[in-house]
Amino acid sequence: MLLKKLFNGSDAAGFWVLAAIGLMLVWVSVANLALPADHPLHVSTYTVTLLGKFLCYALLAVSIDLIWGYAGILSLGHGAFFALGGYAMGMYLMRQIGDRGQYGNPNLPDFMVFLNWHELPWYWQGFEHFWFAALMIVLVPGLLAGLFGWLAFRSRVSGVYLSIITQALTFALMLAFFRNEMGFGGNNGLTDFKDILGFSISDDRTRIALFVASGLALIGGYLLARAVVRSRFGRVLVALRDAEPRTRACGYPVARYKLLVFVLSAMLAGVAGALYVPQVGIINPGEFSPLSSIEAVAWVATGGRGTLFGPIIGAFAVNYSKTELTTLAPELWLFFLGGLFILVTVFLPQGLVSLFRRKAKTPPASVTKADVTEANTTKAKPTEAKS
Amino acid sequence: MSSIHTDHDSFGERLRHTPAGTPDTTHGSILYLEGVTLSFDGFKALNNLNLTLDDGELRCIIGPNGAGKSTMMDVITGRRRPDQGQVFFGQNIDLLKLPEHEIANGMVGRKFQRPTVFEALSVAENIELTLTGSRSPWRMLRARRTAQEQDRIDEILTTIGLIEHRQADARILSHGQKQWLEIGMLLAQNPRILLVDEPVAGMTGEEVARTAELLVSLAGKRTVVVVEHDMAFVRKIARKVTVLHQGSVLAEGSLDTVQNNPKVIEVYLGETPCSH
Repeated sequence: MLLKKLFNGSDAAGFWVLAAIGLMLVWVSVANLALPADHPLHVSTYTVTLLGKFLCYALLAVSIDLIWGYAGILSLGHGAFFALGGYAMGMYLMRQIGDRGQYGNPNLPDFMVFLNWHELPWYWQGFEHFWFAALMIVLVPGLLAGLFGWLAFRSRVSGVYLSIITQALTFALMLAFFRNEMGFGGNNGLTDFKDILGFSISDDRTRIALFVASGLALIGGYLLARAVVRSRFGRVLVALRDAEPRTRACGYPVARYKLLVFVLSAMLAGVAGALYVPQVGIINPGEFSPLSSIEAVAWVATGGRGTLFGPIIGAFAVNYSKTELTTLAPELWLFFLGGLFILVTVFLPQGLVSLFRRKAKTPPASVTKADVTEANTTKAKPTEAKS
Repeated sequence: MSSIHTDHDSFGERLRHTPAGTPDTTHGSILYLEGVTLSFDGFKALNNLNLTLDDGELRCIIGPNGAGKSTMMDVITGRRRPDQGQVFFGQNIDLLKLPEHEIANGMVGRKFQRPTVFEALSVAENIELTLTGSRSPWRMLRARRTAQEQDRIDEILTTIGLIEHRQADARILSHGQKQWLEIGMLLAQNPRILLVDEPVAGMTGEEVARTAELLVSLAGKRTVVVVEHDMAFVRKIARKVTVLHQGSVLAEGSLDTVQNNPKVIEVYLGETPCSH
């Protein structure tokens, strides 16, 4: 019944995507933990980690779709927020290593000992606590997005100019994080993690827990994003996406709307990055590379922009192909990616999702949209307005 | 012209839920423009323009291209600030001191020439978003359509004749229907003055007639200003016509007086303004 309420008919496709994710979470967990390794249906831990990664990518894709699909803000630097969330988690994981590092220093991560540092920098304080790290995972991306968005939207920077600045943002962060003096491990980043919340990070059960957590985060992020776009706030976003001056003329403080949704999106990206890091076991400045942000936008475009569930499909489809192709013929991957963009842009501008949608297009979407209206129309008075 | 705007209003001050006070119309006038001058790079788009609108009248404004019609509307709606002159709403409210969005909310509504409705939203949602009320993003996150709002939406949709289409996406409406929807969106903001820029351009004959009916019915309770080139349409609706030329008023009066005014005839190169 709750499910029925959440998906009142109009988001059937979204429901099936989430149901598939839920099913995958259960099936993969059972097949990995309960079935012996030589069982034909056993799912290897390698696959679990791979799928866990995809789930994080999918959450990143949902966060991008929230701003791009609904508010028309094309961020080509969303990987920055993903990476910042990842670094916040990485810092917690580094502090969990304790004296088990190469140099056995109980207070300092290896790379700091190597740099001859004697004290933990102030911005590393607090990261030994999980709650603190969890807070930072959303706060740091949120604050950066808030500052960036405030400056950009206030000056009415939009369209391609905004996209270019977001690229510059993530590139600048990449260069900064490459520097050893920044105190984030420089080139090598943060790695050699041992445990999370007291559980060994290489244990199969921890892997499954992280995998399930990523799935739940994706489902939660999807539902949150969906609640936002279905609210009147979301309708204002769509309005300003399609006709910004008109929306402003209606009295809406457009910049504040954009800022709010941009910050929310950055926070979701941060959570995705935080769950990604313990699964892949490393975070380094490469995550800030402009290319990864662009790739993430490509997942959204491939799956179907402005649908929220399309990007989930897109993230899985593109990354699955990437995994397959980079093992079969690594040199072909970039050609494939380029070809995919062209094909999708030319033949499927609405993304993969439009393949399924085409059949059931016309009436249902608009009928269900206004069931509130339907219920209230009996009260309509055909008289002129009084002011 | 392309200076960078900043959204000071959007961040700085809290948006008011009600327009700033009520206009004082004891002298029967709702809008005063006095000595308004605005130049772009030395070209005077408005040149000592004086214009007074009576409360509740239906006024047509005509004039050749470049006469300053659009610039005048920009000034009234707060989109541009004049170099000199005064703009008063009633006798007491100085429009030059109010930000654009406050003027839009409850004072002056403007319908642009090209209809801009929110294509991806339903007809009812288009009206819903323009209803007077809070514009705060936080409130909008939790806002539910109240019965009152529903009544108001239905009322407006009935007025503009789109009640049957309330659930349709605005993108499927015809050109004329979009124009009406946009007028409805203006009504939702409950303006005292309605500025309508070329409402019947590109409409079919039947749509033109319905639009005339609609605009006439709106006057009285509101002041309606129509900027139009189509003289047949002006004849249908206007009681008083103002002719703008080179940024100031050339003539004012009934359509017949104005059309026989030698200055007006000269401006229109010896032809009657009936270019239609």
